[in-house]
Amino acid sequence: MLFGACVLILFKITSVLQNKPMRRAALLSFFVILSVFCWSLDGRGKEEDFPVPRPPFSEGIFPCSSCHAGMEVNTKRRELKEEHTNIQLKHGSISRWCLDCHDAANRDMLRLVNGDRIDFSHSYELCGQCHGPTYRDWKVGVHGKRIGYFEGGPRTYFLCVNCHNPHDPKFKPIKPEPPPFKPLYRYNPAAGK
Amino acid sequence: MADKRFTRRDFLKIASVATLSGVGLSGISCKKADLEEFLQKHYLEMTDEEKKQTIKRLEEKYLKKYGKKFTISTQGAKPGTLWGYGLDLSRCIGCRRCVYGCVKENNPSRYNPQLHWIRVVRLPEGSLINLEKTEHYYNPPLVPEPGYVYMPVQCQHCENPPCVKVCPVRATWKEPDGLVVVDYNWCIGCRYCIAACPYKGRVFNWAEPNIPPEELNTAVHYLGNRPRYKNVVDKCTFCVQRVRQGRYPACVEACPTGTRKFGNLLDPNSEIRYLIDHKRVFRLKEDLNTEPKFYYFFGL
Repeated sequence: MLFGACVLILFKITSVLQNKPMRRAALLSFFVILSVFCWSLDGRGKEEDFPVPRPPFSEGIFPCSSCHAGMEVNTKRRELKEEHTNIQLKHGSISRWCLDCHDAANRDMLRLVNGDRIDFSHSYELCGQCHGPTYRDWKVGVHGKRIGYFEGGPRTYFLCVNCHNPHDPKFKPIKPEPPPFKPLYRYNPAAGK
Repeated sequence: MADKRFTRRDFLKIASVATLSGVGLSGISCKKADLEEFLQKHYLEMTDEEKKQTIKRLEEKYLKKYGKKFTISTQGAKPGTLWGYGLDLSRCIGCRRCVYGCVKENNPSRYNPQLHWIRVVRLPEGSLINLEKTEHYYNPPLVPEPGYVYMPVQCQHCENPPCVKVCPVRATWKEPDGLVVVDYNWCIGCRYCIAACPYKGRVFNWAEPNIPPEELNTAVHYLGNRPRYKNVVDKCTFCVQRVRQGRYPACVEACPTGTRKFGNLLDPNSEIRYLIDHKRVFRLKEDLNTEPKFYYFFGL
């Protein structure tokens, strides 16, 4: 349809404007407008920004470059024996290791499969590479948690990593809040009241 | 007939004197505020001026009773809104964070009686439609337990609410944005609505509510979370005080697993509309024709 409209406009320009310089100017401006339009269409495919909180870094761990800056980069896949020993990768550990997601050259960034570097606050793009349907649901607000205002005010989208540990994403069981009082009792034994 | 000791005339004399003295005494002992409260109109029949006076009187009353300055809102329904709720049964882990998030927000009585607007029921896996197997006093060390699913139940804000139909004094009604609310000053405590509700969505203040003053939430709505009285019914309002300002209800914000979703059913871009369009959805006891606006869905 877009192509048809373009042809029609071009035809109109050539038929209506007999004057050669005028025609040239009109054609030029038409192509400028068309290219701007196509450029904006291309921008639509880019990932949008979401109002996310600060990623939940362990204390003192970020920026990573404060330790890694002077280190030699070793891209060989191996088990880390000296540092980060607390991280047990339980997230596709057979096919994956640190530098598949962490950027080797800039440790303060993450790395997509296509080689793009992204900030830690955009980690949802990284997760979305494999978890497509979940990412789709997260973007519209059906997966994950949002707080604040749904209209007329600021809203916060929780990042994937606010709820799931990226190295061990399965939810851990938690302690439930006390049950309600039974009508029989005047106090709640579980709550101690 | 001469031996009749107590004639009709005597009776009328005594009765009229007693009535007059009763009225007179009550007029003396009753304070102005109490009298105004007694003569207060139904909320829907109040003019804006009367609402303002009522709010002022209530704020003074609460200040005296709890020692805290309350701000009571009477914000009305926004045109073009119909609130709907979504709850993802494949993610709920039964941790009851929502129950206590609600308690913190909505000023219900904490103990004796303890009133909760949300009841999280536990069902054996595979018997989601058999509500006779529910248990809501479960208390394991950790949740979720293997072999069980959890389903929070609260007021479903029916489009066709049976509780509203049975109220003999019209103390409860459906607002234009779909919220079923109670005027606590108009409720006579007959509890017909509790009997009529198929979801156990309503609770009754059997005694004067017990709320520790430091736990009071002072940002309240007249139809929502303002402190209640003895002998009135209260219920979930989808946090009317929050949602009419565009904020998520307290239970949505309390849920650690993102199970709870909220939005405007009339807005095609809202979260609730997306999940109704794209997920497997059901409503509780649909066969009763109550048309709940509370959608249980399966995110997985």
